Amino acid sequence: MVSKKIVLHFPSKLIDKPVISTLVKDFNLEFNIMKAFITPREEGLMVLEVIGDEKDFDKGIKYLNKAGIRIQPLSKDVKRNDTRCTNCGVCVTICPTQALVYDRETHEVHFYDTKCIACELCIKACPVRAMTVDF
Amino acid sequence: MPKTIAEINERIRNGSVVVVTAEEIADVINKVGIENAAKQVDVVTTGTFGPMCSSGAYLNVGHTKPKIKLGGGTVTLNGVSAYSGFAAVDVLMGANALSESDPRNKVFPGEFNYGGGHVIEDLVAGKDLVLKVRAYGTDCYPRKELETYINIRDINEAVLFNPRNAYQNYNCAVNLSDKIIYTYMGVLKPKLGNANYCSAGQLSPLLNDPYYKTIGIGTKIFLGGGVGRVIWHGTQHNPSAKRKYNGVPSVPAGTLAVMGDLKQMKPEWLMGTSMLGYGVTLSVGIGVPIPILDEEICRYTAIKDEDIWTQVVDYSNSYPNGKPGNIAEVNYAQLRSGKIKIHGKEIITGGLSSYSRAREIAGILKDWIKKGKFLLDKPVASLPGVDSDCKCKPLKERAVKE
Repeated sequence: MVSKKIVLHFPSKLIDKPVISTLVKDFNLEFNIMKAFITPREEGLMVLEVIGDEKDFDKGIKYLNKAGIRIQPLSKDVKRNDTRCTNCGVCVTICPTQALVYDRETHEVHFYDTKCIACELCIKACPVRAMTVDF
Repeated sequence: MPKTIAEINERIRNGSVVVVTAEEIADVINKVGIENAAKQVDVVTTGTFGPMCSSGAYLNVGHTKPKIKLGGGTVTLNGVSAYSGFAAVDVLMGANALSESDPRNKVFPGEFNYGGGHVIEDLVAGKDLVLKVRAYGTDCYPRKELETYINIRDINEAVLFNPRNAYQNYNCAVNLSDKIIYTYMGVLKPKLGNANYCSAGQLSPLLNDPYYKTIGIGTKIFLGGGVGRVIWHGTQHNPSAKRKYNGVPSVPAGTLAVMGDLKQMKPEWLMGTSMLGYGVTLSVGIGVPIPILDEEICRYTAIKDEDIWTQVVDYSNSYPNGKPGNIAEVNYAQLRSGKIKIHGKEIITGGLSSYSRAREIAGILKDWIKKGKFLLDKPVASLPGVDSDCKCKPLKERAVKE
């Protein structure tokens, strides 16, 4: 079993196609929508957590690619500029998934990008703008 | 026998000085006892790094040909409004200054991506800044417009001048209302959703010298990566604030006005800062050396986070309306543990002041002193103390007659 977070970029021609339900039906994958911006006739963006067998996952990704959807792994999207981060820790109270954690020993803030759901709350809450999002 | 600053400086010069940070001194005292620690240790270094709104810089940009008088005109640096009420070519940039075109809170919460604090950071980083001037012209200063790049390398003076920094203790902010609020203490989630605090605690300069026995006017300090000085007590300096048994204030109390040559400073210690829905500011790094002249001074520097208490204040109502009253009292060990308990509820805590940067500053200052690069100065005057008339008062409003 794998559980991976991915960002899907839908071209406008695919907005009205039932791509996700095919993913569930034909590839036996479960999903959890973390974020979606889908507007008719415009490009759509969806952040999904996909859970299932690794082989099914790979097949599902192939299907999505073939359908014309651009895919990125989510962890690459929210980044921290480590030279700008001052480790103040004000972001840890804002992060809903504890992807940002204050280490009491070192007094540094750890960023666990695998826990990040790209909600973007930290982006503007960071006083020195050390967090960036890149879709 | 008490030590003198001259004796400590002699040891700095001959390389025998013993310097520890405000974190390390507690261990020294535990090992050798207070009496020996006061004899052995010459200097304890402190540090703090956090947003300090009452900060700014003044520049003398040099005269143009033909000459222009900025005084009384309008001046911007990278689009951000500067103050030009000083003679012909002196310009003051405050950390909170914004561009006229900044949307501020029109779309709430405003992002405040660039302002005075960022201009100061860019200047220190050696970037070119765009200076734009509109003046009214006089016989001796005929020019009316100026648009040029300036660079910190080329201008005459660039001086950091901060009227209020290094607060001796600060509130812990919470939100009791049922909607999110955006404050200078960060984003506060509704119904005690989080608690934000802002102090370096046991490393903070004035918390290690609670009665201002050594820190005074003229004290040489680490400022923004360079060397600066304490030039006065800071605005809102309030030495008679409530104190604990150990002499340490449990509310915001003393403050410092500081100054230093921006040309020696570094952008990593002066960072433009954006507080969502509130505005721009400047994060400033300050480190103050405390000469261990006697046992009493040594004892003060041994303060630990668990012995420094502060007030939990509601920023949805008490703070904005100037209503007295705190919700709870907590110490910095509790705050730094990541959680505090209020009204039976566990609340996640977040700092605005960077403890790791404060630690780094105390370490750099220690290194400077050990290497003989930084001598101590005896203050020329003390800061107003507990018995002085110096108090922080609210504004008494009076109706203005037509």
